[in-house]
Amino acid sequence: MTDAGLQGPRSELGEILHHLVRDPLGLAGLIIVTVIVASAAFAPWIAPYDPIALNVPDRLQGPGGAHLLGTDQLGRDTFSRVIWGGRVALQVALPTIGGAIFFGLLLGMIAGYGPRWLDSLIVLLFDTVRSFPTVMFALAVVALVGPSLNTVIIVIMATSIPTYGRVVRTLTQSLREAEFISAERSLGASTARIMSVHILPNVLGPLVVLAAMDIPTVVGLEAGLSFLGMGVKPPTPSWGSLLNDGYNLIRNTPWLIVAGGMPLILTTIGFTFLGEALRDVVDPKLRGKGGK
Amino acid sequence: MSTLLQIRDVRVRFRVRGGIFSSAGSIDAVSGVSLKIEEGTTCGIVGESGSGKTTLARAVAGLHHATSGSILYRGQELRDLPEAEFRKLRREIVMMFQDPIGSLSPRLSIKSLITEPFRIQGIKGRDLDAEAKRLLAMVGLPPEFAARYPYQISGGQARRVGVARALALDPKLLIADEPTAGLDVSIQGEMLNLLARLQDELGLAIMIITHNLSVVRHITDRVGIMYLGKLVEEGETETVFARPQHPYTLALLAANPEADPDAQLMRVELKGEPPSILRRPDGCEFHTRCPFVQPKCAAEVPAWEVSGEAAHRCHFPASWAQSEGRTA
Amino acid sequence: MAVLDILDLSVSYTTPRGDLKALRGVSLSVPQRRIVGIVGESGCGKSTLISAIIRLMAPNAQIRSGSIRLKGAEILELSEAQMRALRGAEISMVFQDPMQTHNPVLTVGRQMIDIQYRDKLSKTEKRKRAAGMLALVGIPDPEARLNQYPFEFSGGMRQRIAIAMALMAKPALLIADEPTTALDATLEVQIIKRLRELQEEVGCSILFISHHLGVIAELCDEVVVMYAGEVVESGSVRDVFHNPAHPYTRALLDCDPGHIKVRTRNLPTIPGNIPDLVHLPQGCIFAGRCDKRHDACAARPDMATVNPSHHAACHLIAVRETA
Repeated sequence: MTDAGLQGPRSELGEILHHLVRDPLGLAGLIIVTVIVASAAFAPWIAPYDPIALNVPDRLQGPGGAHLLGTDQLGRDTFSRVIWGGRVALQVALPTIGGAIFFGLLLGMIAGYGPRWLDSLIVLLFDTVRSFPTVMFALAVVALVGPSLNTVIIVIMATSIPTYGRVVRTLTQSLREAEFISAERSLGASTARIMSVHILPNVLGPLVVLAAMDIPTVVGLEAGLSFLGMGVKPPTPSWGSLLNDGYNLIRNTPWLIVAGGMPLILTTIGFTFLGEALRDVVDPKLRGKGGK
Repeated sequence: MSTLLQIRDVRVRFRVRGGIFSSAGSIDAVSGVSLKIEEGTTCGIVGESGSGKTTLARAVAGLHHATSGSILYRGQELRDLPEAEFRKLRREIVMMFQDPIGSLSPRLSIKSLITEPFRIQGIKGRDLDAEAKRLLAMVGLPPEFAARYPYQISGGQARRVGVARALALDPKLLIADEPTAGLDVSIQGEMLNLLARLQDELGLAIMIITHNLSVVRHITDRVGIMYLGKLVEEGETETVFARPQHPYTLALLAANPEADPDAQLMRVELKGEPPSILRRPDGCEFHTRCPFVQPKCAAEVPAWEVSGEAAHRCHFPASWAQSEGRTA
Repeated sequence: MAVLDILDLSVSYTTPRGDLKALRGVSLSVPQRRIVGIVGESGCGKSTLISAIIRLMAPNAQIRSGSIRLKGAEILELSEAQMRALRGAEISMVFQDPMQTHNPVLTVGRQMIDIQYRDKLSKTEKRKRAAGMLALVGIPDPEARLNQYPFEFSGGMRQRIAIAMALMAKPALLIADEPTTALDATLEVQIIKRLRELQEEVGCSILFISHHLGVIAELCDEVVVMYAGEVVESGSVRDVFHNPAHPYTRALLDCDPGHIKVRTRNLPTIPGNIPDLVHLPQGCIFAGRCDKRHDACAARPDMATVNPSHHAACHLIAVRETA
């Protein structure tokens, strides 16, 4: 490698962004994701109407005029409900994925670096949890304790932890044998230091990619549960309940289905693109190889 | 001069997990090695892959547990020393690893990497920027390197970073595992000269692990030749090179073709491949490949014969000289 | 007629920083039944040269000029299909890492039978040939070993199997890319000796790439020294190693610790680094690191003749001739 191949020092995040925007796929993903996240974050300012305010006289209007995407059977503004629905979707997805990453990291690193018996125990736990089908498990729990946002979050998180945990465990196991870990040990680094300074940063990258790809799944799950009436409680707006309304009213107006479905599709596309692009970018060694 | 490191009959045993058809067992990667390193001197451990030389080095560095024997560092027993106790000694006993880039934590900058020993050992009150600059200068790298990352530097430069980091805390013993592997010849010399210079300046003892005999010849005071986890010959480098006693040493010396098409080398060609450490041959473990094998070799284990400044493990030492005499 | 003739070959890689001129005006030839060695350190263009000969180049590589002829026929003009027919039949290769050249899930016998797909022989005959080839490279009990998987062989054995497979089709040219680098010294000698015998038996030519000068001296008839993408010296092994004409070759030989008879703690080195191949320096490519640099070196030296079979690209040779 020659000296001229180097860029000046740039922060890790800056470096990732720099390469991300040069990949058309990454740029598209980044834009879509930014729009979704921003509209969810600023929902109270973006949404023109109160998403749960009834306005029966204006019910089932088509797009245009005062209502950008029309209204539903109770006269609620569909566009406002889509925006607020996004907020609900992310309110479910982010803590779910965040929690899954946290516990996945914790358990995965312990399993990957710790003694063998502990590894076997944690893997057994992962396999047990994973053997439950997520949707069925969620339905069962919701049926038991009643539908609520928190229940949905906890159930999806619990069933996602093994996925992350297994990835972390495998990565940790291979890193543990890497020569730089031996080198750190030979300098006298403690286990805590090896885990936090040398293993954690190296498993985080692949995990972020996994998480980005996983967000649409969780959003879809939440929508699915809400569609079945097992997710968030009405009248809270959700893309799933929008779809459900649209399904029931398909003969009256097709717009509700489109309004509920489009954001789901966009979310999936956006996060998948972003995840795909991130995959090439998070590993510093791969940077600049693919995206020329 | 006093003895810095004294290794006596060290054995490193690994458990092998049994497959479906084989039962679980164990292998001795290092099988009874004794060795002594004086302060400020260089000792070479030579052997081919699988000879146990790296395992021996890692056992001395406390990265592998020695199953039996004794490793005395300045009279202190290192074997079975609790990790917390060993940690204090890690300032004095440092190791350089085979893979120059792979032994650097990939997400740390060079500056963080070379100043890590200060943080790990809890040495406070040092200006880490200044230390980084000092260490980079010591190994002949420009100060700008501090901001780079391991994937941005070449193998030769990464080796220098490895040296800088190993020598950050003024160690007494440097264990260098294949310090020139993968380097071009023109850079190999730079690396070895650097080690020699730092040894003179810092009074460092070096244990160098390599398969390259021509390197050993120039920079070591003593050399040990390993085969299947055992030393087959050990002694003063010049003595061993001038009068190798064990046929394996001779074969290694002969297996190093010179860059001269007319060189008349005494060819000692070994038969076949090295046996598996799982199935050690009976008698002398080298007899399956030895060009001078005699019936006795397959039956009796040769003893470790010490004569003057050299020692070997062979029933018929220097047989090559006799066979030379016969053909001449 | 030479088996391989490379004339004035230039290859560049397109990079974000500009064109990286990996090979510039490289000429060399491999005569029939000869072993030609290529020596050079990392970055000298060895790998680019091989990939150009077998026409398996990186997508960002471009051949700027030159020709590569195999038995007189231009390789660079062949279609992809013609080239595929050539690989493995007329040109075969042995790679550096014997642990990764075989398919791990097929037996060695199966792989050796598969590569004979061009021949119209029965499976039994192909198997017989495979066993014969294994015996030829010195693998004991070849019949039985055909049923084994690659992992059941040691590194040295695998490299022999790789050589056996490469020679199976009796190629005109065998390209061996650092075939002994991953092996231990005692096995290296065994492989080299075997390669020499095989070459005489099969009657092919060998292009042998290595950074190990001793191995080249031992095995090759002729040697080509490359530096930073150019051929700086070529000739018979004896001429080049006994009487190196280019300062780089001399420096390289001096650096080889096996070459230094007297014990020293200060080994010779070549100070400096390989020049940047995107922004090439003017004049002689080695001038920046050369201890014999003088005014003439500001101009690029041509290949000068030391004797009819020994050439080097250095101004000093011309000076010596006129003097």
